[in-house]
Amino acid sequence: MIELKNLSKSFVTADGTVEALKDISLSINDGEIFGIIGMSGSGKSTLVRCINMLEKPTQGSVYIDEKNIGTLSSKQLRAERRNISMIFQGFNLLMQRNCLKNVLFPLELEGLKGEKAKQKARELLQVVGLADKEKVYPAQLSGGQKQRIAIARAIATNPRVLLCDEATSALDPQTTHSILSLIKEINQKLGITVVVITHQMSVVEEICDKVAILDNGEVVECGKVSDIFSSPKSKAAKQLVFPEGEQNILPRKENEHHIRVVFNGAVAAKTPFIANLAKNKGIAASILSASTKSIGKKAYGNILLEINADKTKIKEVTDYLNEFEDIFVEEVE
Amino acid sequence: MFDSESFQSAWQIIKTEIPLAIWETFYVTVLSTFFAIIIGLPLGVLIVAGDNGRVLKIPKLILKAIDVIINLLRSVPFLILMIVVFPLTRLIVGTVVGTAASVVPLVIAAFPFVARLVESSLREIDPNIIETAQSMGATPFQIVIKVMIPESVPSLISNATIAITTVLGYSAMSGIIGGGGLGKIAINYGYYRYQYLVMIFAVLFLILLVQIFQSLGTFLSKKFDKRLKQN
Repeated sequence: MIELKNLSKSFVTADGTVEALKDISLSINDGEIFGIIGMSGSGKSTLVRCINMLEKPTQGSVYIDEKNIGTLSSKQLRAERRNISMIFQGFNLLMQRNCLKNVLFPLELEGLKGEKAKQKARELLQVVGLADKEKVYPAQLSGGQKQRIAIARAIATNPRVLLCDEATSALDPQTTHSILSLIKEINQKLGITVVVITHQMSVVEEICDKVAILDNGEVVECGKVSDIFSSPKSKAAKQLVFPEGEQNILPRKENEHHIRVVFNGAVAAKTPFIANLAKNKGIAASILSASTKSIGKKAYGNILLEINADKTKIKEVTDYLNEFEDIFVEEVE
Repeated sequence: MFDSESFQSAWQIIKTEIPLAIWETFYVTVLSTFFAIIIGLPLGVLIVAGDNGRVLKIPKLILKAIDVIINLLRSVPFLILMIVVFPLTRLIVGTVVGTAASVVPLVIAAFPFVARLVESSLREIDPNIIETAQSMGATPFQIVIKVMIPESVPSLISNATIAITTVLGYSAMSGIIGGGGLGKIAINYGYYRYQYLVMIFAVLFLILLVQIFQSLGTFLSKKFDKRLKQN
């Protein structure tokens, strides 16, 4: 269990004090994959660095399994950090060590040496699917392979928590997918609590159970991924869920209305409601944008419709669509 | 100057004196660089590790003192420095003339230079890698021994090469006040006795030594750099 209580962090710069985090309280349960998402500069990296005290919070406290991390001595903190591993956007492998020795590094820090350590490192290389790269140096690996080595290194000390700081942001979509699957697999097999920091909603959708949305140093929304994805309330959440935005759609004439239809479940996604609209109501709707995804085992998504009709007709449409279960309809201004 | 008689006498000198001189220059250079690294490497590490308390918490005053001492020693011209450290040389070696005696001023001239070179090598390390080691619970000592130094080995080797060729140049200069080696031959025969041919030969051998050190250094630096794709 990770608990952040009233966490604040400010930096003193030449232009004055910058408040990177403002009174953040969150709790992350054991075994969960918890996403923290926000735009650049929202403070998400600072937040994750506070969890292992790479950044000391200005105010508030961090509890991991009821232990207040902020009050530990530097020796105790070093011991605790072996329980809180971290992977990074830039992989941060030791470039002068081969893959096996990179995985051995955290074991060496613990004083574990020799054949026993090597055997453990080899097993970890197997887990991340790079057993054949033992003697290869990081410079010869692709980005995805580097992150796999970094993951093997991070779980070498059997940590309870894995922090992922933009771990897939430097990777292409396909590699991102494979790294996320690996993280999920490790989470399920080893029961490690995972905290995922990202700016990509797709990453959160793919692996997170819960998500907190960070905007300008504050948590503006927090909850189950499916809830936030189907009905984002805050402005920041809307921007992340509907990145195409409302503004870059062509200017509308008087009787052109835009309606967003949000699905929240597989049944709704299978209903041919656009056809029904035309057939039963005689209303032709054109699709401006659409995206549907499956999260967990349910399908979610949203479609943006353009309908050329007057106000009363539009009311009829929204009423009709709102009758379906798991569908939310709103007119976009 | 190049008639057969002077050529004969020059050749005689070259034959009898040069082999020993090469050896003297070689061992003075290597020994002095070695000691300079022993003193300079820890200083360079302290400067970088203590910077902003990133790795080690060192009092600012001590860091400043190291900085000032290094700058001070580096700003004294080598010839003057040799004379200034005579008392120290006498204390350590027992004499101020001779090949062994020149090691003391060479070390004192070279270690501040080495410290600066080490500093620049260590500053090249990606700070994220140090942060990663910290996130794994590495102690400051482990960060220095297992991350900072091994990660900058290629750069340290090429900077050690710069140090050794600079020391070689200084060692030749020490010939003026009693140091041995190729510098002494060039000055004593070439400058004081107008045996230019001897001087030219001494200089040629100095050039050769620099070439050898430099090529070896470049070779080793590349060999140890695992960032370069090989096999």
